Amino acid sequence: MARIDEKTTSEIVAAHGAKPELLVQILANIVNRFGWIPEETVRQLASELNLSRADVHGVVEYYHDFRTTEPGKHIVKICQAEACQSMGSERLTAYAEKALAMSLHDTANDITLEPVYCLGNCACSPAIMIDGKTFGRVDEQRFNQLIDAMRGDD
Amino acid sequence: MARTKIYVPRETTAISVGADDVALEIARVAKKSGAEIELIRNGSWGASWLEPLVEVEVGDARIAYGNVTTDDVPGLFESGLITGGEHARRLGPIKDIPYLAKQDRWTFWRCGLTNPLSLQDFEQHRGFQALQKALQEGPESVLKAVESSGLRGRGGAGFPTGIKWRTVANTEADQKYIACNADEGDSGTFSDRMLMEGDPLGLIEGMAIAGFAVGASKGYIYLRSEYPLTHSILSRAIDTARGAGWLGNNIGDSDFSFDIELHIGAGSYVCGEETAMLESLEGKRGIVRSKPPLPAHEGLFGKPTVVNNVVTLASVSNIVNLGAERYAGMGVNRSKGTLAFQLAGNIKRGGLVEKAFGITLRELIEDWGGGTASGRPVKAVQVGGPLGAYIPADQLDVPMDYEAFVGIGAMIGHGGIVVFDDTANMAKQARFAMEFCAIESCGKCTPCRIGSTRGVEVIDKMIAGKNREENYDLLVELCDTMEGASLCAMGGMTPYPVRSVLNYFAEDFASSKEKAL
Ligand SMILES: Cc1cc2nc3c(=O)[nH]c(=O)nc-3n(C[C@H](O)[C@H](O)[C@H](O)COP(=O)(O)O)c2cc1C
Ligand code: SF4
Ligand code: FES
Ligand code: FES
Repeated sequence: MARIDEKTTSEIVAAHGAKPELLVQILANIVNRFGWIPEETVRQLASELNLSRADVHGVVEYYHDFRTTEPGKHIVKICQAEACQSMGSERLTAYAEKALAMSLHDTANDITLEPVYCLGNCACSPAIMIDGKTFGRVDEQRFNQLIDAMRGDD
Repeated sequence: MARTKIYVPRETTAISVGADDVALEIARVAKKSGAEIELIRNGSWGASWLEPLVEVEVGDARIAYGNVTTDDVPGLFESGLITGGEHARRLGPIKDIPYLAKQDRWTFWRCGLTNPLSLQDFEQHRGFQALQKALQEGPESVLKAVESSGLRGRGGAGFPTGIKWRTVANTEADQKYIACNADEGDSGTFSDRMLMEGDPLGLIEGMAIAGFAVGASKGYIYLRSEYPLTHSILSRAIDTARGAGWLGNNIGDSDFSFDIELHIGAGSYVCGEETAMLESLEGKRGIVRSKPPLPAHEGLFGKPTVVNNVVTLASVSNIVNLGAERYAGMGVNRSKGTLAFQLAGNIKRGGLVEKAFGITLRELIEDWGGGTASGRPVKAVQVGGPLGAYIPADQLDVPMDYEAFVGIGAMIGHGGIVVFDDTANMAKQARFAMEFCAIESCGKCTPCRIGSTRGVEVIDKMIAGKNREENYDLLVELCDTMEGASLCAMGGMTPYPVRSVLNYFAEDFASSKEKAL
């Protein structure tokens, strides 16, 4: 993911007409492009949107998607919701944590591992998402293949 | 000779099990073997268990091949794929597959059939006919049709759509809005997504009809961020509709103007609650609003707003096209028409099944779903998402009917059906219900915010065998408080799955050691 810069942030704000009521959309855009919302960006958004920093902070803190720490190059999400539970997502998660030598919510070795609550792929559970792409019917072997393919793309 | 049409779905679940790779391989092998094909990326028919499902048009039939892998593709061509040739993967004509043939496709009838991004295909399949009819007959005619169809909201609460629309229509304002709820956060549900990926223009038409009926000139779609493919398909469809004059000013040369803005969520479950969604659409934290005022009176930016689920809105076109009587003629009691049931979790034939209300849960799970994927006995079925009760295996004969579900302390909700086999530990599921509420609570009410965290602790103690009876009573008390004193169904209904576990699966709180005694 690219490093966040002031100019691109301004461009994103401008593309949304600098409307404060589009704050969630602007933040979503920034996270999509850069993966997270650093403190400087909060400050910049507050000033460009005529909001207080507390306002922007409040919104950033509220939503799960709005990370405030820099993620790894790859984001791996494992579904933890009921349909995937019924198909062994807990076991898959434990396996992934072991295979990647990290825990859910951690960032290490270029990877951020996160929980997600339903990817809408529940007819082919368990499901995971790698860098924005959803995969279904994921067993341990397929998990390894997908991670290898992800690394192979580097 | 015309090129042979081959269909491979561009739909999240199909792609999640390899449809993109299969499409690429088909294109590659076709080119190599000199076969003249036209590759069409359709929506999914909803038979997810058969994905990737490839179809070939032969004469006026479409021949289906199920669970196709990239490795199968060269062999398929050798077996005469182009002419619908025999192969181990061949399923026969798509319209003869019982899973699909026995459905009552009303809202999803174009899903799978058409190319979702082709305006021409849409228009050849009744596309925008309902909107044109509405423009000719006037708003009152649409309102009457929706009222007499008996359509109820498919997002979960089942509120009569006609009453909601009438309220907004009757409220005077300089600006009104249609807000489409595409947050689809319930586990076990994907019907909104399948519709938006498979028939996005159908949703756009439904929203425009709603706007015309109530006098709104602007619509919003609030789409969850977990659906990136849906986002790209939907935004292309919005552009297409706008380009063709079906969105924008003076639609169909009338004086009706309507446009749609696509918003994206940010991973909050509670933002699917209608007032939290409105807050989020206004760029704020998704905190639930107190009611009154109702969104129909003071909704988005304080203006009268229709908040409807994707499937609700998309169901309206055919009510206008084919008549409210036909819709109301399906279903039972006060549950009229059809629902797109979603078979999920531990199920052999998972997917979307649109059926008239009145079918039983057992028929859906056994006749359509084929039982569990593991082949083990069903232990419990959670219907209606994370706030829905766990229904034990001996109650599966309950008919799909909003009131019948309320009668057994359950809810149909958005129609998600998640099956668990006998290896499931239901105490864990009760714990998860509380944990999920603690993670997703918007924080406005204490019983929801604090009660859910307390609930997790109490359940942990019960599982560990500490003062189990005392803690049992404490948990029941917590459920009572959450149910009685929460502002919205997040805190108010999290007790449903918890209570159902206490009622039907209490033995699961005993440790495995105790069970062995
Ligand atoms: C916690 C919570 C989450 C909800 N999530 C959704 C959702 O994701 N999609 C949806 O359509 N309705 C959801 N609802 C229901 C909405 O509040 C509302 O009833 C619905 O959008 C109205 O549209 P309908 O009448 O067409 O169903 C949720 C409700 C609650 C309490
Ligand atoms: S019940 Fe929970 S989610 Fe609903 S308003 Fe109260 S705190 Fe928010
Ligand atoms: S983002 Fe929903 S409460 Fe945390
Ligand atoms: S519960 Fe995992 S994809 Fe829906």
